[in-house]
Amino acid sequence: MSEMKTAAYICQGCGISDRLNTKQMVQIAQKEGKMQIVREHAFLCNAEGVQMIRDDIEKEAVTHIMIAACSRRAKTEAFNFPTVSMARANIREGVLWSQPEIEAAVEVTQDMADDYVRMGCAEVKKMKLPEGTPNKAQNKRILVVGGGVSGLTAALESAEAGYEVLVVEKQGELGGWARQLWKRVPSKSPYTDPVDTGISELIAKVTQHSRIKVYLNSTIAQTDGAPGRFQVQIATESGATTTEEVGAIVQASGFTSYDINKLPELGGGKIQNVVDQAGLERMLVAAGGQGGALRRPSDGGEIKSVAFIQCAGQRDESGKHLPYCSGHCCNTSIKQAMYFKDANPGIDTVVMYTDLRTPGMGEDFYRSAQNKGVTFTKGKASEVVTSGNSCDIKFKDLILNEDSSIQADLVVLATGQIPNSGVNIELAEAAQGETKPISILNLTYRQGKDLPQLKHGLTDSHFICFPYETRRTGIYAAGPVRRPMDIAQAMEDATGAAMKAIQAVENASLGRAAHPRSGDLSFPIVRLEGCTQCKRCTVECPFGAIDEDEKRYPVFNESRCRRCGTCMGACPVRVISFENYSPDSVGSQIKAVDMPDEFSEKPRILVLACENDAYPAIDMAGMQRNVYSAFVRIIPVRCLGSVNTVWITDALNGGWDGVMMMGCKHGEDYQCHFVKGSELANYRMSKIDDTLKQLGLETERVASFEVAITDIARVPQLINDYVAKIQEIGMSPMKGFA
Amino acid sequence: MSELNTSTTEKYHNNFLREVEENVEEGEWVKMCMQCGVCSGSCPLGAHWAHPPQELFMMIRAGKREAVLSSDSMWMCTSCYNCVVRCPRKLPITGIMHGLASYANKLGMAPKIQPTRDFSLQFWKNCTRTGRVNELRLTLGLYFNDGLMAGIKKGWAMRNIGLGLLKAGRLNPFELFKGHSCKDQQGIQAMLKKAAEIEARRKHSTH
Repeated sequence: MSEMKTAAYICQGCGISDRLNTKQMVQIAQKEGKMQIVREHAFLCNAEGVQMIRDDIEKEAVTHIMIAACSRRAKTEAFNFPTVSMARANIREGVLWSQPEIEAAVEVTQDMADDYVRMGCAEVKKMKLPEGTPNKAQNKRILVVGGGVSGLTAALESAEAGYEVLVVEKQGELGGWARQLWKRVPSKSPYTDPVDTGISELIAKVTQHSRIKVYLNSTIAQTDGAPGRFQVQIATESGATTTEEVGAIVQASGFTSYDINKLPELGGGKIQNVVDQAGLERMLVAAGGQGGALRRPSDGGEIKSVAFIQCAGQRDESGKHLPYCSGHCCNTSIKQAMYFKDANPGIDTVVMYTDLRTPGMGEDFYRSAQNKGVTFTKGKASEVVTSGNSCDIKFKDLILNEDSSIQADLVVLATGQIPNSGVNIELAEAAQGETKPISILNLTYRQGKDLPQLKHGLTDSHFICFPYETRRTGIYAAGPVRRPMDIAQAMEDATGAAMKAIQAVENASLGRAAHPRSGDLSFPIVRLEGCTQCKRCTVECPFGAIDEDEKRYPVFNESRCRRCGTCMGACPVRVISFENYSPDSVGSQIKAVDMPDEFSEKPRILVLACENDAYPAIDMAGMQRNVYSAFVRIIPVRCLGSVNTVWITDALNGGWDGVMMMGCKHGEDYQCHFVKGSELANYRMSKIDDTLKQLGLETERVASFEVAITDIARVPQLINDYVAKIQEIGMSPMKGFA
Repeated sequence: MSELNTSTTEKYHNNFLREVEENVEEGEWVKMCMQCGVCSGSCPLGAHWAHPPQELFMMIRAGKREAVLSSDSMWMCTSCYNCVVRCPRKLPITGIMHGLASYANKLGMAPKIQPTRDFSLQFWKNCTRTGRVNELRLTLGLYFNDGLMAGIKKGWAMRNIGLGLLKAGRLNPFELFKGHSCKDQQGIQAMLKKAAEIEARRKHSTH
C-alpha cells in the first residue's frame, strides 16, 4: 500500500449530537488526531452516510478511517470497508448510553467522548490492512487416525463431501470395538431391541470408496507441518514408512476398556464367572449370539441368572479408579440383559445401578427392558464371591437402605472407557505412569508429541464450548478419545470433526484463521533481528503454533495460529505484532488520552477488556443504561493473553491512576476462548507487583477481574467499586512527567 | 397361613414379582417403576406409611413377600391420585395399592387390626346385602366395633347430631330392623357374581 491517507467520521445520530459537542470532537480529530479528512454526519450508518465514506475511499484515496459512532460490535454490515484500515470510537454504547443524562455529568461525559476520538485516531494510524499470510498451503487431503466407528464415519463423511481421505489403522482389520460386538443399542425408532451393528456395511463403504485410501497395520511415525501441509510418516508393521502430505487430521484413536483385573473385590480377574461387558460380547460372538445358549465359563453349566454391575471402577470418589461416567454402559447393560431375555425369558437378569443414565433415546430402551422383565435394582455392589458354581453379590440396597445379597450364575461388570490419548505432554517423562503411553501422532511440534489433554486424559479443549476442537489447529479429536461415548454419539462426533477438518483445509488454503477468529487474515509477524531467543512465545502459545529453528529462533506456523496474540503479550522485547493489532496500536491509544492533572479530581482508569466476553458485557451494560464511572477508558483486546506488560508500565508512567484487566474465567472450567490466554495473563500480572513497587506505586493500581459475557449488571459495579478504591488511594503521583 | 397362601408360596418360590404380576390388580405395572420416588414425595400421607409406594415396588422386586403383604402401608392410601398424576412412568399406583391390599386380605396376611380394612369389610358386607348402604347400621356397626362400652360412649358423644338428624327427618330408627333395599335385589347379586367371574377369568388368562 502506498501513502497513508486518513479520514475521521463523527456521527451525530442516535442522540449523540443532542448530548455531546460533536463540533469539538471534529476539532480534536483534526488538531490532535491529525486526520486529513474529518466529516460529521447526522446519520452515518444510513445509505447516504456510508456512501460518503465510500466516495472518500474511492475519490480521495483514503486508506485509514476512524469512525466515532456506535460500538465496533454494532452496524458491522454498514461499516464494512474491507479495503481500508478502520478504527471505531465507541461513542454510543461506551459514552452516551453508559453515562447519566444530568447536568453534573455533561463535562465528564464530553471528556470521555473526546478521549475516545483521540484514541481512535491514534489507533488507526498504527494499523495496516491485513494482507493474509504468504505461506498459504493447498493440500486438502484429510488423514483419519483410527479405523473404528468414529474414524470410518469421519472418513466416509469427508470423502462424500468431495475430499480425499487416508485412513490409518493400527490393527489388521477395520471396525475397532464395533466389530467385536454382537449387536448394538438401537439408534432408530422403536428403540425396543438390540440391532445389528452395521459395521460390515460401514467397512465396505469405506474400502470401496474411490476417494478413501486405507493403511492397515500402520501407525503414525511422525507428523510435521501445519494445516494444509502436514507431512505424515506412516509406518507399517514391517518397518517400512511412507510419507504422505495431508491438509488436516482427525484423530479417532478410540478407547481401551478399563482393566477388569483392577477390580478384584468384584471378582475381576479372580472369578471365572465374572466378565466385563466386552468379555460378554466376545462370548456371544463365539456362541453365535444365542444368549440362552451361553454356558457358565467355570463349569459349562446352564446360566439361569445374570447380574450386571454398573459403574464398576467408574464414578469412583476414592481416587483408585476412573472418576468419570463412561456414558454408554447403562444402555449397554440393558442391551446385554435383553440378549438373555430375548433368548429365554426364564433367565433372571438384574441390573444393579446407582443412577441409571440412558442418554439419547435410551429411556425408551430402558422401558422396553422393564417390559421384557429385566429387573433393575438400585444398589451399590461391594463384593462378589463364589458360591458353588455361581456368584454371590453383596450389595447395599439404596432404596430399602439395607445390606443385601443376590445370587447369579454370571456377573457382568460395566467397566469404563479410557481414552487412547497418547502422551500427556504436560507431564514429565518420568511422571507418565508405569506403562508409558505410546504417542499417537508423534508431532514434531516444540510443545510435545501429542494433543494436549483437558482432564482425565481426555483429548479435548472444552467439552461444551468447543467440541472436536483440540489445541492444535487442523487436528480434531472425534469419538471416545475426546469424551466417553457410545456408537451413535461417536458417529455424530466424527461427522462434526470431519466438518471441522474441512473448514481447516479451506481456511489454510486462503491463509485465514480458524475458530474462534474465523476468517481473520492477520497473523503474527516477528521482527527476528530484535528477538532475544527467550522462548516465551514458543512455550506459551496455547496452540503450539510456534516451533524453534536450529538457531533457536521462533518459527511461526501461521496456519496453526488462532490469532489470539498470546505471543505478542508474552514478548518482552515486543518484536511480535499483527498488522492491525500491535503493541503500538494499543500503546498509542494509551498515550493519546488527555491526562488531567493531579489536582483535577478526575482520575483516569484504563480498562483492558477481552473482546470475547468482557467488552460485549460492557456494551450490553450500556444498552441497558447501566451507568458506570466516566473516569474509565476502555480498550478491547483480542484476549487478555495478548496484553503486553509494556502497556501497563506505559499507562502508569503516563499518569493513569489505575489499570483494570477484564478477561474470561481461567483454571478449572475455564471460559477463555483461547484456552490459556486469561490464565497466562493472570500469571504475568501476579508478577507485576515488583514493577509497581519500583515505580513507588500501590499494588492496587493494577487489578485483574474475571468477567463473563452475562455480567451485564456486575461490570458497572466492578468499575465503580474500583474507581472508588482508586479515589481513596489518591491520584497517581506520576502525572505530568510523560 | 391360609390354604391359598401356602399354595401360592409353593408355586412361585422366590419370584414374588411374578406372583404380584399375575394375581394383583394392575400388578403387571410394578416392573415398570423406575425408582424416581416422585410417588413417595407426592403422597400427602407419605409420612405415615412404613413403606411408601416406591419402597413397596422395590420390596416386591427383592422378593420380600411376607413384609409386603403383611404391611399396613397400602391400607393407608386415601385414593387422592396425586401419585398417579405425577408418575413419569404412568403407573396406576393407587390401583396397585388397592390391588395389593385386596390380595393380602384374600391371603389372610393383611394386618388384623387395621381401621381401613375393618371399614372396607363392613361397608362391602353392608352394601352388597341389599344393594343399598344402610347408614344407620353401618354407623352403629363402626361405633360398636371396639366393644359395647366404647360403642355406648361414641353414641353418647354423637347424641346431639343424631337427634338433629332425627328431627329433620334424615334418620329413620326403623332402618335398624329391616331397612329398605334396591328394587332389583337379585339383579345386584347377579352383577356381583358376574364381576367375580370376569376377574377370575382375567387372572386366569395371564397365567
